[in-house]
Amino acid sequence: MNLRKLTGAAVAAVLALPMFASGANAYELVLPTLDYRTGPYAPNGIPVANGYTDYLTMLNERDGGINGVKIKHVDCETGYNTKKGVECYEKVKNTPPSGALAIQPLSTGITYQLIPKAAVDEIPIFSMGYGRTSAANGKVFPWVFNFPATYWSQATALVQYIADQEGGFDALKGKKIYLVYHNSAYGKEPIRTLEAMAEKFGYEFRGLPVDHPGQEQKATWLQIRKEKPDWVLMWGWGVMNQVAIKEAASIRYPMDHFIGVWWSGSENDVMPAGDAADGYLSGAFHAPGGGFPVHDDIRKYVYDKGLGKGDRDRIGEVLYNRGMVGAMWTTEAIRKAMEIHGTKEVTGKHVRDGFEALNVDEARLEELGLGGFTYPVKITCANHEGPGKVAVQQWDAKAKQWNIVSKFYEPLRDVTGPLIEADSAAYAAENNVTPRDC
Amino acid sequence: MFYRESGQLKSSYIADQAMFPIAQDRWFVIGVLAVAFLVAPFFINEYWANAILLPFLVYALAALGLNILTGYCGQVSLGTGAFMAVGAYASFKLVGFFPELNFLIVLALSGVVTAAVGMIFGLPSLRIKGFYLAVATLAAQFFLVWMFNKVGWFYDYNLTGMITVRPIDFFGIRITGPEATPAAKYLFTLTVVAVLALSAKNIVRGRIGREWMAIRDMDIAAELIGIRPLQAKLSAFAVSSFYVGVAGALYFAVYLGSVEPVEAFDINQSFYVLFIIIIGGLGSVLGAFLGAAFIVLVPILLKNIMVGGMGFDSGMAGHVEILLMGLLIIFFLIVEPHGLARLWQIAKEKLRLWPFPH
Repeated sequence: MNLRKLTGAAVAAVLALPMFASGANAYELVLPTLDYRTGPYAPNGIPVANGYTDYLTMLNERDGGINGVKIKHVDCETGYNTKKGVECYEKVKNTPPSGALAIQPLSTGITYQLIPKAAVDEIPIFSMGYGRTSAANGKVFPWVFNFPATYWSQATALVQYIADQEGGFDALKGKKIYLVYHNSAYGKEPIRTLEAMAEKFGYEFRGLPVDHPGQEQKATWLQIRKEKPDWVLMWGWGVMNQVAIKEAASIRYPMDHFIGVWWSGSENDVMPAGDAADGYLSGAFHAPGGGFPVHDDIRKYVYDKGLGKGDRDRIGEVLYNRGMVGAMWTTEAIRKAMEIHGTKEVTGKHVRDGFEALNVDEARLEELGLGGFTYPVKITCANHEGPGKVAVQQWDAKAKQWNIVSKFYEPLRDVTGPLIEADSAAYAAENNVTPRDC
Repeated sequence: MFYRESGQLKSSYIADQAMFPIAQDRWFVIGVLAVAFLVAPFFINEYWANAILLPFLVYALAALGLNILTGYCGQVSLGTGAFMAVGAYASFKLVGFFPELNFLIVLALSGVVTAAVGMIFGLPSLRIKGFYLAVATLAAQFFLVWMFNKVGWFYDYNLTGMITVRPIDFFGIRITGPEATPAAKYLFTLTVVAVLALSAKNIVRGRIGREWMAIRDMDIAAELIGIRPLQAKLSAFAVSSFYVGVAGALYFAVYLGSVEPVEAFDINQSFYVLFIIIIGGLGSVLGAFLGAAFIVLVPILLKNIMVGGMGFDSGMAGHVEILLMGLLIIFFLIVEPHGLARLWQIAKEKLRLWPFPH
């Protein structure tokens, strides 16, 4: 059988390749990403991956990496699928020479999968603004970081925004707030918090699930049309976002009463609905737009040299910036790790310490060309969520741009605190984890 | 020359009824098992275990289960994903209730629970056939997954609806979670799959298997010669669901570690297993393994060739991989509509005559 021989030869070739490919001698910092450029989540997965990759390329081209050590970026296609995510993780985690220094799973499902592995493999997980909320408790989850804010903080911020519009927390009494959510671990994350606040502030809460991949939402929006909630929140991702905004437009739901999570607020999500999406709101922890000095550097050092991953005119889209800021915090953590441990040849273990001591203040943001782009973040041993502040941004369909329209809300820690405590305690009990002293 | 039966004389009924009557076949199977059990564990690393061998074994087992129902008994089922979910949730709850229970017993009980559920959803098969039955099993698929996602008891009322396996020791060796060594996970799964595959091979060539095949080939004729369709069909559903349930429990506990019902057990999962048996060969134990190897391993191979070997962009490779898989499936089905197992059989027949085909 020729075919069998051929396959055998191919297998052998593939297995042999990595051994020869790693002949380079200089130490490199391996930063893998689990991307998705295929499937129903690709519209959102692509810009995030581009932003992340371009920032790393820019550091390599402009500064020769971090403190002179080159970054080796390794990507792997997951299609937002957990099984492929597992394959990808196993594939990239031991990439020579440094091994993966930090993992960004970019999927709540894959994050849950990897959380128990992180401690064993000694690779920190940076689930930036997603994943398991209670991982904010660094005592129980030393290897997981989910700053700058969690879904629960965001839920409290969005409710505060609603209260501001309605005229105070007292005005929430009797109001109907619905949540349209992706029927998965990701979409279910905020429910507990929203329920806890419903009890506290007296609004009426209801969750409306949308199944993967999220193209089928007619029934959901019919229900919204019938029951006329005062506010609709959305925890969506991928194609689901576009469909939801279009459906909302078709039942003429007031867009300025429809707030998405920060994963449901990018150009891709609102563009398909055209002018009807005008006024749609979403959470945000960084600024939109491509006018920051760092963007100029990316254009100059990456795109002018033809090394860019995406289209030049899509630099500065919300999700592009999201990927970029993720890369920024990760590389700052590596810088910190080098400083703490006094070595340039850092490993995953060192980078974890770097994350835990991360302190990106205003001055540092300014140096990075990101002044005013986001708020300062300081991580401690006990608090892996950081400041947890969230603002609300609004889509201007005429100008085709997002604008931040609120202040950055502090999370209601009296609501989220006990929930985080309880959930992380449950995890610790189930997995025999002894919480650290911090 | 090397593969011929001449001279292999059988002088007893036992020899004549052996599972692998041809010596070369027997040695081949023993050889494969020996390599799998005695050699592979020493070379296995986490990538090979978690990304390649565990999914291969788990899907082969699930396909074996579906093959019993669809390939041997002729009852089309689109509920495999849901039955895997039943196995997974049963094992999750059982481990929760009885943390000290031996995991093999947990697996067996999960299989039994799934068998019971499978029989309930198999009842319509007594009245309806073919595509209509497929639709009835589709109901199982949607209902069960919805139920696991909706009813809090199944996932212990946690925040996200995901179930996560607890650390489980099997005679003192950790077999689940990140602390389990790849060899331990692999060997445990391999043992379960090997034992169940050999039992399946035996069941299908015995009385029960022949009843199933009679029902598959023509149910009225089978009834006329005295086969009770109720018993035959429900036993096929039960045995098939048992296998699928055990596969689901392994899929959850050993392979993935934590699952989300909608993603891990959705309709695509059912199709995936159905494709495995169609590509591998309906009504063949070997076919389940060949099909699983094709459907599970070829995409990983293609990806590694394209990204690792040829330097493709990962997104590009993702798209090309989907395309190539489609082409390969069409190619193999045109070359041999009865699946890879049939191809293997033809190869064996040719080998018998080689090097003098005429």
